[in-house]
Amino acid sequence: MAQMNMIQAINSALDVMLERDQNVVVMGQDVGYFGGVFRCTDGLQARHGEHRVLDSPISEGGIVATAIGMGVNGLRPVAEIQFADYIYPGFDQIASELARIRYRSDATFTAPVTIRSPCGGGIRGGQTHSQSPEGIFAHVSGIKTVMPSNPYDAKGLLISAIESNDPVVFFEPKRIYNGPFDGDPEKPAQSWASHAKGEVPEDYYSLPLDQAEVIKEGDEITIVTYGTLVHVALATAELLGVNAEVIDVRTLMPLDVMTLQKSVEKTGRCLVAHEATRFCGYGAELVASIQQACFWHLEAPIERVTGWDTPYPHAFEWSYFPGQKRMAAGIRRVMEAG
Amino acid sequence: MSAQPKIHIPHPTARPGEAPDFSYLKLSDAGSVERPPTDAALQDMEHLAFDLVRVLDDEFEAQGQWNPELGKDELLEALKLMTLVRAYDDRMLRMQRQGKITFYMQCLGEEATSIGPGMALRDSDMCFPHYRQQALYLMRGTGLLNMMCHCLSNTRDFCRGRQMPVFYQHAEGNVFTISGNLTTQYPQAVGWAMAAAIKGSDDIAASWIGDGSTAEADFHQALTFAAVYQAPVILNVVNNQWAISTFQAFAGGELRPFAARGPGYGIPGLRVDGNDLLATYAATQWAAERARNGGGPTLIEFVTYRGGAHSTSDDPSRYRPKDEWSAFPLGDPMVRLKGHLERLGHWSEQEQEDLEAEMKQHVTDTWKEACSYGTMTEGPFLDPHEMFEDLFEEMPQHLKEQQAEMLALEEK
Repeated sequence: MAQMNMIQAINSALDVMLERDQNVVVMGQDVGYFGGVFRCTDGLQARHGEHRVLDSPISEGGIVATAIGMGVNGLRPVAEIQFADYIYPGFDQIASELARIRYRSDATFTAPVTIRSPCGGGIRGGQTHSQSPEGIFAHVSGIKTVMPSNPYDAKGLLISAIESNDPVVFFEPKRIYNGPFDGDPEKPAQSWASHAKGEVPEDYYSLPLDQAEVIKEGDEITIVTYGTLVHVALATAELLGVNAEVIDVRTLMPLDVMTLQKSVEKTGRCLVAHEATRFCGYGAELVASIQQACFWHLEAPIERVTGWDTPYPHAFEWSYFPGQKRMAAGIRRVMEAG
Repeated sequence: MSAQPKIHIPHPTARPGEAPDFSYLKLSDAGSVERPPTDAALQDMEHLAFDLVRVLDDEFEAQGQWNPELGKDELLEALKLMTLVRAYDDRMLRMQRQGKITFYMQCLGEEATSIGPGMALRDSDMCFPHYRQQALYLMRGTGLLNMMCHCLSNTRDFCRGRQMPVFYQHAEGNVFTISGNLTTQYPQAVGWAMAAAIKGSDDIAASWIGDGSTAEADFHQALTFAAVYQAPVILNVVNNQWAISTFQAFAGGELRPFAARGPGYGIPGLRVDGNDLLATYAATQWAAERARNGGGPTLIEFVTYRGGAHSTSDDPSRYRPKDEWSAFPLGDPMVRLKGHLERLGHWSEQEQEDLEAEMKQHVTDTWKEACSYGTMTEGPFLDPHEMFEDLFEEMPQHLKEQQAEMLALEEK
């Protein structure tokens, strides 16, 4: 085992897979010689060669489309889109092509492409370096959507994503690349070094792409979340002295409803939280699935804590980010209702 | 040719620790390229996409048919602007390093690619810049104070804290709001130009992107629409050799100049010395006249060099030689313009020193004033409730509720 931050864990996953499978190629803007603007691909080109770790032109549509072509021809491309905010020029290739190639060809063609992209706010990136568009991708039939919340999961889930014959969009919350973040920007930055999930095997391992994880057991309320807000939820519940069960969804599509159901049947109360905008956000799917499975066990309406339905404003990053104050208000609403 | 197909991986001519090598840049002598009439047919001037339009020679003398014959006042105006932009960039970069602003992007070495074109356009022509055209905003009256207040996201910020630093806007001066997403403004400029023509105006549009951005689909959409509708638009590619860590060859600049994309679409392409203010002015003047007289679009490639980092988040010493800029064969646009003015007897080293001191002081004073409208750590601050405004003309109910939710939380 080694201590890794999320960048190192992702780098390790790519390294392991480039080593294990000669069909794996890594591609994207600045990922080759430079090693990526967040350093996730640092050293990979030197180790695996410039024909397997490719710098790409600045063309997200081109990156996704050529990855599809490579995938159709037997490679297993892992494409990086530098910021999730820049993924939209590739959206047609993802939603209309990548997601449907297997279906429309009766499984005679497949493209096992993984698209990695840093997402989320908290780094003063303003409206074009802070978005959380996972709900848009989870909504598209035919792609799996993943978002890890820690280094251990990042490596194991990324390896599974690369091995998956289905296309996977893999979002990496960049605020927690270097350490967990509990939502308080005034606190000194935390490191993954002292965190249990910063313990990462150096070798190959994989995690299933359809299982949520109970991060912390509890019996008063279930908080269903993923990404950066996992850490905000844990910190807020502790602060309030509420014995919350905190579940990290990890794979948004396919969704592990059973794990959520078991928990909410036990607690009878549920809060859904994510950083992305609320309206038609992924939380709406969580609320619908949970209420359908657990309606007769619920003691209070399911509440949501989310980003506001606006772009991510540069000056109001911490008013936008659903931090501990909003998480606490959400927990209270659920706890006090009914 | 190799015995079997293999993919080509472009390489820059020098990496850190190696000697800079610009032998790949095809240069023309100053004054050697002919200036065709602005109504010339495309087939008669396709070579302009491969030549390099240059006016200032190595002795800073203006040469040839492209010499725009600018007067002393205009040349001095350009030099003052260049000096101001450089002082501004320098100050803001240091303010970012000190944590006073979150982010910054310099245009060091590329100043002439905005200032020349900006001067050659009419004030009513619309500009769609990318993030290294800060000079355009200064020229169109945005004001140094307002630009600084924007970078501070303070109470005087013209976009009320909604954008990162350097994403300026200036509607009154006909300069568009900058997007962080690359190349999106390029086809928008074509649309603006089409609208001007539809409305019967002879205003034109101009847009700027970098070499790397030519890889985006928007570039090709812009050229297709501009060619199809013969839109009165000037499409500029600022080829500063580097797109963060990737060399211009990664956008396809290795095989053909970016200017040569134009003729492929039926659009004249001009390849221009981007560090020669007289050439950047002259090329824009040519293209503007052509567009205004119904001759349609022009693609201009300005060959220049990114003197600084891509942004304050970047470290170019990881991927290119530290001394590459000093070896760039087209030099420094400010040195060349200053040299030209000195050559004409209009300027001296002492006057330049005084000007630089004056601009530095102006920038320092303006920074102090800007900070009085709020900094990131000290008020006054913008009101966060305003983040819900302007998303729609009228705020929908769900946003009113979210705004109220925010207010209620603060009262607790």
